Amino acid sequence: MTVRVLAFARVREILGSNDSTLTLNDGARVSDAWAAVVERAPALAPLARSTRVARNGEIVSGEEPLQDGDELALLPPSGGG
Amino acid sequence: MFAVTETPIDAHRVEASVLAPGYGGVVTFLGFVRERSDDDRAVDGLAYEAHESMAVAEFEKIAAALRERYGDLRVAIVHRTGSLNVGEVAVVVAVAAPHRRVAFAACAEAIDELKKGAPIWKKERYLDGTDDWRENAP
Repeated sequence: MTVRVLAFARVREILGSNDSTLTLNDGARVSDAWAAVVERAPALAPLARSTRVARNGEIVSGEEPLQDGDELALLPPSGGG
Repeated sequence: MFAVTETPIDAHRVEASVLAPGYGGVVTFLGFVRERSDDDRAVDGLAYEAHESMAVAEFEKIAAALRERYGDLRVAIVHRTGSLNVGEVAVVVAVAAPHRRVAFAACAEAIDELKKGAPIWKKERYLDGTDDWRENAP
């Protein structure tokens, strides 16, 4: 399956892209997507704990199963206001 | 009015959007870009970026939670994105309630909640040429 990955702020800079695609095995979960992202940009590994992941606009856990065409957003800790 | 915008915010327009007969207390919070960072570095300016659709959804969620808690309220939240200079308005929160106490409390809570969880990020630019992503305390 293919999922779209939107990255923001520090995560975007380390990944080098705000909008990319990942190809994952069927049955993949959010944690598998994160692992694939870290493989692409190993410097992201220390940010695993603080980065929230949204699937199609909703914050989810690493256990969340993915479907082809999903949009994942990698959200580091907020700095708004 | 719930929005994320790259253009300067007109605070009066945001405030006007919550005015209505029956709402006697209106509190508007304006957040400005400061000239010193929290760790006292001289700030040149900053850049905000946002997950726009999620940020607007979060603003709506904040307003819904406030209405749940305080009853009838009119709420508007607008946040800037892009490059801002010191002295520019970064965020406007306007709350109208039947009476002032609830308006003060709900407005304070709205900006606290926004800072906690809205998917918006800030990179400060310093006069010494460096820059840094700044995260809000959880």
